[in-house]
Amino acid sequence: MNYLWAFIVGGLLCAIGQLLIDKTKLTPARILVFYVISGVFLTVIGVYAPLVKLAGAGATLPLTGFGYALANGVKKAVEADGFLGIFTGGLTATAGGITVAVVFGFIIALIFRPREK
Amino acid sequence: MNDEQYSKIVNNYAPSSPLFTDMLKAFFAGGILCLLGEFFRSFLISADFSVTTASTWVSIMVIIIAQILSGFGIYEKAAKYAGAGFSVPISGFANSVVSPAIEYHTEGLILGLGAKLFTIAGPVIVYGITSSVAAGIIYYIGGLLK
Repeated sequence: MNYLWAFIVGGLLCAIGQLLIDKTKLTPARILVFYVISGVFLTVIGVYAPLVKLAGAGATLPLTGFGYALANGVKKAVEADGFLGIFTGGLTATAGGITVAVVFGFIIALIFRPREK
Repeated sequence: MNDEQYSKIVNNYAPSSPLFTDMLKAFFAGGILCLLGEFFRSFLISADFSVTTASTWVSIMVIIIAQILSGFGIYEKAAKYAGAGFSVPISGFANSVVSPAIEYHTEGLILGLGAKLFTIAGPVIVYGITSSVAAGIIYYIGGLLK
């Protein structure tokens, strides 16, 4: 059942992104920014955590899930460290993904050359 | 045959709305990607990883695979068919980190490769962190009111 929800929720989040790309003039970069902010917002109003529970990777892999990780991290950090947590929580929770994307991206970009279009 | 009849016939042969097919493609591509991610996540959770750790590992694996495929130019080709199905997931973010960096590699290691890694990651991280601080302030005030 979990797998079915992962497929449906993940698929729907992507289909909504496609709708936004086709119907508005939003570029993929803007969609990504929009998705991250939406993920933070939906987490704060309490909608996204139940969605993650239901759909797992279907909710964490789309970039709204990155927003969820940021907001969820900040929530835990504020609970543990108080005011300082406002500034440490987001990046702490997402450090793994950001670091791998940057370091591995750096290595790949060093190895590969631009190809003919 | 008048114009109305003509357009009726043309409409019968025209492919169904590109919006609908685009969304269907994005739905299936994104759905299958998330399904595979969930297989891996469930496996990690069953191997005693915490839910948060498992989710982070899945994201990391997807990022690495997407960037290798981007290096070979395969990710972009697949994304042409999958549309948002491959650009909205974190693999699309990973691709957006690496492809401008490859493109501008020839302009040097610092302002070429080094700077262009953040062409799209930069704004995503700027707005992500800023909104997370806003969320943190809300959580902090919420905690004070308890």
